[in-house]
Amino acid sequence: MSPCLSLRGLSVRYPGNKTLVTALDSIDLDIAAGERVAIIGESGSGKSTLALAIANLLPGNARVQGTVEWPGLGRKAENGRDIGFVFQDPSASLDPVMRIGDQIAEVARANLGMGWRAAQALAIQLLDRVRLPEPRLAAQAFPHQLSGGQKQRVAIAAAIVGKPRLLIADEATSALDTIVQAEIMALIGRLVTEEGMSLLFISHDIALASQIADRIAVFRHGRLVEVGPARQIVSNPTDPYTWLLLDAHLGIDAHLGIDAHSGVDAHSEIDA
Amino acid sequence: MSADLLSVSGLTKRFSRGGKAFAALDGVDFAIAPGETLALVGPSGSGKSTVARCILRLVEPDAGKIRFEGQDLLDLRGAALRSMRARLQMVFQDPLAAFNPRATVARLINDPLRIHDVARRAERPAAIASLLERVGLSPDLATRHVHEISGGQRQRVAIARAIATKPRLIVLDEAVSALDVSVRADVLKLLKALQDEDGLAYLFITHDLGVVRAVADRVAVMDAGRIVEQGAPSQIIGAPSSATARALVAAAPRLLGSETV
Repeated sequence: MSPCLSLRGLSVRYPGNKTLVTALDSIDLDIAAGERVAIIGESGSGKSTLALAIANLLPGNARVQGTVEWPGLGRKAENGRDIGFVFQDPSASLDPVMRIGDQIAEVARANLGMGWRAAQALAIQLLDRVRLPEPRLAAQAFPHQLSGGQKQRVAIAAAIVGKPRLLIADEATSALDTIVQAEIMALIGRLVTEEGMSLLFISHDIALASQIADRIAVFRHGRLVEVGPARQIVSNPTDPYTWLLLDAHLGIDAHLGIDAHSGVDAHSEIDA
Repeated sequence: MSADLLSVSGLTKRFSRGGKAFAALDGVDFAIAPGETLALVGPSGSGKSTVARCILRLVEPDAGKIRFEGQDLLDLRGAALRSMRARLQMVFQDPLAAFNPRATVARLINDPLRIHDVARRAERPAAIASLLERVGLSPDLATRHVHEISGGQRQRVAIARAIATKPRLIVLDEAVSALDVSVRADVLKLLKALQDEDGLAYLFITHDLGVVRAVADRVAVMDAGRIVEQGAPSQIIGAPSSATARALVAAAPRLLGSETV
């Protein structure tokens, strides 16, 4: 089976003080159709740069080497149609002075060539699919009238308008409280399954990633440190940095004696 | 009761939203003993930060009492309020937003030393160096600008600034939420060490039960402006009785293979 997306030797550099600063260093990674891959890393690991490179959204001064290929697509991938993107801050990705139904409809019109009436009907359908209550009324609302979680649902609706092959969620739940985060995670998981999309789930939270991903890729300082099945990465990683991330995870179960990976208890020192 | 460092009773604050009044705080009661860490947890909009703002006198409550070191905090004005502020400090989530972006690290730590008359001018450089060392930073950092240091270093500077006036209570509002996980563990260890050395009490506001588990002596769960449950972390996490606590526990991210709670 050919992959949905194939990255080979992907490097991104930015001009800095006299030298080029490497943001991403020779990344090889395939994502299969329908597969859920999590990219885990801390600040400066290159995880967001990877997402931007895939979506061709890098700033103009970025120097890119290597290839981003979409086998089976037979043309260049387009944002909104082949790639759906959900960012961290829905307040920044939504137009504050446009009704949310219109914002989703505009994506349909621009990328699918739909007429305005059909596009608006589709927007209401999608608001229902992302479980916004009373979608017909919700379509008339402006972003500021919605909660953070509701705004992220709208952003997700806009991202899946074109039935993309790949949904990229870049820290899509990081600004939300844990209860809303769990709801949005469930929504993303359900939509990815229903639409048969591939998912690139970018996060700093390895526990969160392990709940949704088939595979986890760990990034550090622009390099792919380790990639493998989620269960293997959280229970038996090979790279010391992955161990460090697992150690640093503050689980709620640790003291109840049911933490999956014993012997790595970062909290014991804090609690002692 | 008199042994409490801070006690909050009947705290009520209404805001108007879209022309309608709603209660951000609706009769909040809790207390913190000297040297204790109380975690205040709850979903967005539950009123956690409004509690912090009332205690810091950044927002005036509509009703209720706050006693700190036996004094009625809400009655304090002028010099008495300023002198209280030295003993009740704060650290916020985003130090870049909280600090003057053009200030150097030295200037940031110098401010509380000067304002609260903690050290004479000639002694301040040494005081700044020693505070930086206490929070695990090199004194060489003093000359750097805030935007030149990392997020973890910035939060350590915020902590140095908070402890500069020798407070008895520090309000930490999502103070470790924006940090990388590896940095977060170290900052939590630092907070614990400072608490052990100085007998500091913390009001630790967070929505992350993992952090609560790691640092809190007691937990108060908030929802819709009320405290719906209080208890030891093991009790709240292991056997939550309120719907809010149950939802928070259910939603906490767990590593694959440990979802057996």
